[in-house]
Amino acid sequence: MTSASDLRDLTIAEARDELAAGNVSARELTEAHLAAIEVARDLNVFITETPDRALADADASDARRAAGEALGPLDGIPLAIKDLFCTDGVQTTAASHILEGFVPPYESTVTENLRNAGTVMLGKTNLDEFAMGSSNETSYFGKVENPWQREGDNRPLVPGGSSGGSASAVSGRLCLGATGTDTGGSIRQPAAFCGIVGMKPTYGRCSRWGIVAFASSLDQAGPMTRTVRDAAILLGGMAGFDPKDSTSAEMVAPDFEARLEGGVRGLRIGIPAEYAVDGMNPEIAALWDRGKAWLTDAGAELVDISLPHTKYALPAYYIIAPAEASSNLARYDGVRYGHREDGEDLTSLYEETRASGFGQEVRRRILIGTYALSSGYYDAYYLKAQKVRALIARDFHNAFEDCDVILTPTTPGAAFAMGEKSDDPIAMYLNDVLTVPASLAGLPAISVPGGLSSEGLPLGLHLIGKAFDEQTLFRAAQALEYAAGFDSRPHRG
Amino acid sequence: MTLIQGRTGDWEVVIGLEVHAQVTSKSKLFSGASTEFGAEPNTQVSLVDAAMPGMLPVINEKAVEQAVRTGLGLNAQINLKSIFDRKNYFYPDLPQGYQISQYLDPVVGKGEIEIDLEDGSTRTVGITRLHLEQDAGKSIHDQDPRKTLVDLNRSGVALMEIVSEPDIRSAEEAGAYVEKIRSILRYLGTCDGNMQEGSMRADVNVSVRKPGDDFGTRAEIKNVNSIRFIRQAIDYEVRRQIELIEDGGEVDQETRLFDPDRAETRSMRSKEEAHDYRYFPDPDLLPLELEQSWVDAIRETLPELPDQKKHRFVDDYGLSVIDAGTLVAERKIAEFFEAVAEGRDAKVAANWVMGELFGALNRTDTDIATSPVSAAQLGQLIDFISDGTVSNRLAKNVFEIMFETSDDPKKIVEQRGMKQVTDAGAIEAAVDEAIAAGAAQVDQYKGGNVKVLGWFVGQVMKATQGKANPQAVNEMLRKKLDG
Repeated sequence: MTSASDLRDLTIAEARDELAAGNVSARELTEAHLAAIEVARDLNVFITETPDRALADADASDARRAAGEALGPLDGIPLAIKDLFCTDGVQTTAASHILEGFVPPYESTVTENLRNAGTVMLGKTNLDEFAMGSSNETSYFGKVENPWQREGDNRPLVPGGSSGGSASAVSGRLCLGATGTDTGGSIRQPAAFCGIVGMKPTYGRCSRWGIVAFASSLDQAGPMTRTVRDAAILLGGMAGFDPKDSTSAEMVAPDFEARLEGGVRGLRIGIPAEYAVDGMNPEIAALWDRGKAWLTDAGAELVDISLPHTKYALPAYYIIAPAEASSNLARYDGVRYGHREDGEDLTSLYEETRASGFGQEVRRRILIGTYALSSGYYDAYYLKAQKVRALIARDFHNAFEDCDVILTPTTPGAAFAMGEKSDDPIAMYLNDVLTVPASLAGLPAISVPGGLSSEGLPLGLHLIGKAFDEQTLFRAAQALEYAAGFDSRPHRG
Repeated sequence: MTLIQGRTGDWEVVIGLEVHAQVTSKSKLFSGASTEFGAEPNTQVSLVDAAMPGMLPVINEKAVEQAVRTGLGLNAQINLKSIFDRKNYFYPDLPQGYQISQYLDPVVGKGEIEIDLEDGSTRTVGITRLHLEQDAGKSIHDQDPRKTLVDLNRSGVALMEIVSEPDIRSAEEAGAYVEKIRSILRYLGTCDGNMQEGSMRADVNVSVRKPGDDFGTRAEIKNVNSIRFIRQAIDYEVRRQIELIEDGGEVDQETRLFDPDRAETRSMRSKEEAHDYRYFPDPDLLPLELEQSWVDAIRETLPELPDQKKHRFVDDYGLSVIDAGTLVAERKIAEFFEAVAEGRDAKVAANWVMGELFGALNRTDTDIATSPVSAAQLGQLIDFISDGTVSNRLAKNVFEIMFETSDDPKKIVEQRGMKQVTDAGAIEAAVDEAIAAGAAQVDQYKGGNVKVLGWFVGQVMKATQGKANPQAVNEMLRKKLDG
């Protein structure tokens, strides 16, 4: 290993092996990425860079390794952390003015697990404010730019959202992997837009403790990496039962990497009829067809399945998520921490603090959620949406009688230009139409790069697995990744 | 039925109570922070209690156990599945911006208790439900001229809200109800019932109606923190509502506050200003599911409760209902009484406990738990009375010394020579002396004035420093004077 760009091109699996072989140090890996982060500041990927902390982490890792006490596959791996994870002593903002300057005295369980695994934290990545958005344009700390551009068009594109900073960082070779969180597609959609792998585990697989809450019944942390194998390795460092999260699954996380190469021979791949909506972008339809062919070529069997309540998923999601958010965000009141506007009295303190502390999209969702939970509307909106959610979960349950994994596209289209959809919330919300159903059902799902659009932008294929069967999901994703052979690179990075 | 006389006839009072009782538990309902009373402000606040970003509640199993235990003590249905909901509203002492409570599916359903009234009668009052909820912190308005300060020590402390049916018909019954609830909770060890420290408080729903009519519109008086105040608040509120209606007005459905200084209630907010709490199931918590076997195991550990004990005291000891009710109100008193009564005349034991002991405890503001006289000691004293070692009168003196010194009655009687003199020779000598000294009184007695016997008794007692057995003295005197 000689050049810094070579170091940044390593996968986590390769870096692990190089570190173990003594061909590279954690410090060299970290320095290479810190230098790249400085150069790429115009992408606005990070809200907070933590170079000193990163170098200290790296040196500690190298010292462990020298002492023969390396911690495992992630020891010394430089990562970017979505700024929704609370990090002890490091500013945590959720990309909101209302939390600007907030430094938690505690570490989220997921990042604590990663620290205990020896990883290096490069910084905290930008996101849509409180993870509410699909383009990373709602951040108080500015928009994030996608390292990819359309062929012959240098207009900046969005990286997707809400984990847009993490997706851009991984795609732009600013880190070897990153954490994301997914509520309705916030890992998978930006992964698709940035040509990387993004994985949302089963709800309950990763602890939510210390992650700034958006919608508690949907939020789930997951890995964002450049390969399926890396996603499996990184998830291994993040997952596990946490008694501090009552919704955390009380089971030991398996070795997600172990059965990766098992292939898909005999695996039944469900193809849901309802996802082939009229007016589907022909490029996306073609991508989907390629995905089906790759899997059948590898020995899998396609099964037509039906998920009849799919069309109600998005409206149900946009009731449930804002309803929970309206309550979860009540704690940002200017009284104890974060931003405060001193009003004339208590009511004006609340009103002015929250009016200036929250951005437009956050305020919109708080209002929608408050309305949906209001007396007289609760039954018609929230309760109805919960019933729909139960039906959607049942759809999946029934479908998984006949198949092992479900294949769909990740998004209705490729990355769009900044500002293109930001005036139309409905058009923006439609980005999540393919990812939201798995979120509502709490199922694991992964987006894998499937090829390029006619404009030269990456497109993602989406696999949905059975609850807590991430191993089969990774196995199918690995087969898809091999078949797709995606090796295109972004313009930046 | 207690009716209130108004200008237009009699009125019936309808009362329902919501008692908020702090669960006895070392830590809070959803965090590990301590619940001890009286700590410095904001020293018992976990990250969860302060609602820091990303913090999550985890149910305290002990608090659930206490709620179930209480439900069993209220003869109530235990719901094996219950749900925690969020009750949303903004207030500075409510860090999350919502209170975690139970709304549609509480952990305990319908039950009933018996209340004891002053005339010795009892009534059954229905329990609608009991649910678990978080307490809020405390806003302090009087320590800074401009600012309100917030103490979060109470934030997240587990409360049980015990809701009664609208079965209560007078201020007296309301007081008796709260007393009985407090007594049951203390027996169970699920709440210390300490109203001054805020461990127990009540919201009082009051309405009036003409007998036989439908329920009237109710007003809710919030956060009343003593039984006396509950009675005063009801008395005031009933008069206010009757006057209002009789003057042609209508009662507003509203929330009112009780002002203890003026013994009156004042409007706090009307129905129109009522919050929309936007209740919904807390997505951070799974439904609370209990095993029947776990509930049964708790049932096995329940102590004998006040009503059972009261009935037993009446049946087994022959006590009056009122005396039994007095003795069982506190578990420690009942246990003390039973220890004294064991193997002795229970009525005598009851009289000593409720008479001399209660008197001395009240006079010195002492709790039964720290009584200087133990049950064993009081038992010994009663034994001394029955075996004639001391007279009843002397025993009271001995008791006073026991209460001051905590000494055994035996030691006191021996060291201070307070043993009753039953030695016939000694008594005879004193009697002879008295007769010799009272020639005039002897003549009166012989002339038919038997009352003068008391003079002789007095003389004998004086001579023996009160230690002579009065019965023996009487007998001896009669024998000598009549003979």
